[in-house]
Amino acid sequence: MQTRFHPFMPAAALAALALAGFPALGQQAQAPYRAPRTADGKPNLNGIWQAMNNANWDLEGHAAGMPAKEVVGILGAQFATPPDLGVVDGGSIPYLPAALQKRKDNFASRVKLDPEVKCYMPGVPRATYMPYPFQIVQSTQNVMFVYEYAGSVRVVNMAAPTKAPADSWMGWSNGKWDGESLVVDVTSQIEDTWFDRSGDYHSDALHVVERYTPRSPDTMMYEATIEDPKVFSRPWKISMPLYRHVEKNAQLMEFKCVEFAEEVLYGHLRKPGTDPYTSTNPNK
Amino acid sequence: MSQRVVAFLFFAALIAVVLVPPPLAAQTANAVKSWTPPKTADGVPDLQGVYSNATTVPLERPKNLGSKEFYTEQETAEKAKADAAAAAARAARDADPNTVHYDLGQFGLDQRVTAVSNRTSQVIGSEGTIPPLLPEAQARIAAKNAAMRGHNFDDVQHRSLSERCIMWPNEGPPMLSPGYNSDLQIVQGPGYVAIMQEMIHDTRIIPTDGRPHLPENIRVLMGDSRGHWEGNTLVIDTTNFTDRTAFRNSGENLHVIERLTRTSDKTLLYQFTVDDPKTWAKPWSAEVTWVGINNPIYEYACQEGNYGLPNILSGQRAAEKEQANAAK
Repeated sequence: MQTRFHPFMPAAALAALALAGFPALGQQAQAPYRAPRTADGKPNLNGIWQAMNNANWDLEGHAAGMPAKEVVGILGAQFATPPDLGVVDGGSIPYLPAALQKRKDNFASRVKLDPEVKCYMPGVPRATYMPYPFQIVQSTQNVMFVYEYAGSVRVVNMAAPTKAPADSWMGWSNGKWDGESLVVDVTSQIEDTWFDRSGDYHSDALHVVERYTPRSPDTMMYEATIEDPKVFSRPWKISMPLYRHVEKNAQLMEFKCVEFAEEVLYGHLRKPGTDPYTSTNPNK
Repeated sequence: MSQRVVAFLFFAALIAVVLVPPPLAAQTANAVKSWTPPKTADGVPDLQGVYSNATTVPLERPKNLGSKEFYTEQETAEKAKADAAAAAARAARDADPNTVHYDLGQFGLDQRVTAVSNRTSQVIGSEGTIPPLLPEAQARIAAKNAAMRGHNFDDVQHRSLSERCIMWPNEGPPMLSPGYNSDLQIVQGPGYVAIMQEMIHDTRIIPTDGRPHLPENIRVLMGDSRGHWEGNTLVIDTTNFTDRTAFRNSGENLHVIERLTRTSDKTLLYQFTVDDPKTWAKPWSAEVTWVGINNPIYEYACQEGNYGLPNILSGQRAAEKEQANAAK
C-alpha cells in the first residue's frame, strides 16, 4: 500500500493533541454523569480501580526510552521506558530552577534511589497510578483506600478534618464530598517518596488535593493538585481516568514486595558463597 | 500487694476446681444474643470501628488452673486490679532513667486498652491448651530446625518473616494481639469487609458475595479469605496458606474459621477455630474480646525503617571476619 499525504491529517493531529493536553475540555463536552448512590446518598466509588497509562514511569509526556544503565544489558525491552502522552496539565512540572538539578540527579540514579525498588510505601498521588490495582472501601463514616502494591493503605477521615499526629509515608487524608466528587486533602507526607520512576520528587511541604469524579459506571476521573513551595514555582495538576476492574473474580492479590527488594537492600550482607535461589533455607 | 493477689488467685483457683464454677460462659453467650447490633446502610451487621485486641488473657491456660475455664466475678475483678498494678509498676520502672529499657510512655504504648475478661485462657474448652503436635508435624519441625541450624545468620532469607517486615505473626489469620499497637480498624463496603491491622499495616479485604476461594495453586502468606453472615456474626473462612507463616507450627493446609460478633456498643467477640490435619489431631478454638477505642489507626512503616536487619547481618559478617583473623 502506498502512503499518500492526506490534507486532513495535520488538523486531526492538532485536535488530538489539544484534547490530550486539555482532558478537562474533552470531559466537559460530555453530558454530566450522575453516579449510582450509596445507601446514604453519596456517589458510590466502591470497587477495584486502576490507571491505564505509564505515568508511573514519568508523569510528563515522553517517547519510549532506553532502560536504566544498570539493567539495560539484562532486561532489554522488558524494562525499557514505555511511551506516554503525559498526565501533567500544561505538559511539564513547574520546578523551581534550583530544584531541577535534583530531579536530574534522581533520574540518573533512579535504579538506586527510587523508593519503589525498595518496596517502600508510595505516598500520594503515586499510589493511584502504580501499575497495580487499588480498592476503595466506602462506608458512611470512612473511605478506605487499599493498594495492592506493598499493602499500602490509608483511611480517609470523612468527619471534621483532623491534624496528623506526625508525618508518614502515606500522609494524612481528610475527605469531603463536593457534588459528584470525592475531594481528599492530603498533608503530612514525608519527603522520601517520589512521583514516578523518573525521579520527580517533592519536599516535606507537599500538599496534595485529590478529586475522584465518576464519569461512567466503570470509569472515573482522577485529578491531583500538587503544591510544594520548596520545589515548585506554582501548584500544578495531573489528571487521568481510572478504570474499574470488571472481572467477576476481581480481588486485590497479595503483593508483599519486601522480599523482592531484599537482595537490593541486604544482598551485600549475605554470607559469601550463598544465594537466595539455591538456598535450602526452609524460611525462604 | 501483687504477691497477695497472686496468693489469693491461687487459693481461689483451688476452690474453683473443687466447687463447680458458676455458668459464666452461658451468661456471656446470653449477653451476646440479647444485644442487637446496628446494621449498615446495606442491611448487614455493622462491625465498623477501631478496636484494640490487646489482652491480659494468655493464649494457653496456665497449668495450675487445670480445667478451670473461667474466673469468678470476684477473681476477675482482683485480676484486673493486679494487671493494673503490674502495668503501673512497669511504668514506674520505665520512668526511671537508670533502669529504662523501653519507655513505653514515651510513645504512648502504655495507653493500651484491654477488655475485662473472665477467661483463664484464650483457648476455649476444659483443656485450654493447643492440642499436642502430631508425630509428622514434629518431624517436619525438626527437619526445618536442622536445616536452619548454623545458618540462622547466613542471609536475610534465614531471618524470620517479622524481622524482615514481611508480616508479623499476630496478623494471621487468626488475628492475635501483637503485644503493642494492638489496633485494628474495620470498614465495610457493599459485599465486603475490610480489616486493617496497625501491625504491620496489612489489610484483609473479605468478600461476602459467596465467591469461591482462589484456585488451590495460588498460595499466599495471609491466606485467601471468604466471608458470610450468620445472624449477627461475620464468619470468615481462610485457606490457600503457604507453609511459611506456620501459625503455631501449622503447615500450608491450615484452615481458619473466624467469627466476629459485636457484643455491645464497645465490644466485639473474636472467635476462631483452626484446623490442620497434618499438624494437630483435632481442631482447636479460642476467643478474645476486642474493645472499641476512639483513636485512629496510625501508619506502621516497618520495611521503611528496618535498621535492625542490616545490623544483625553485618554484625555476623564482622564476627566471622574476626574469627578468621584470629585463626590466622
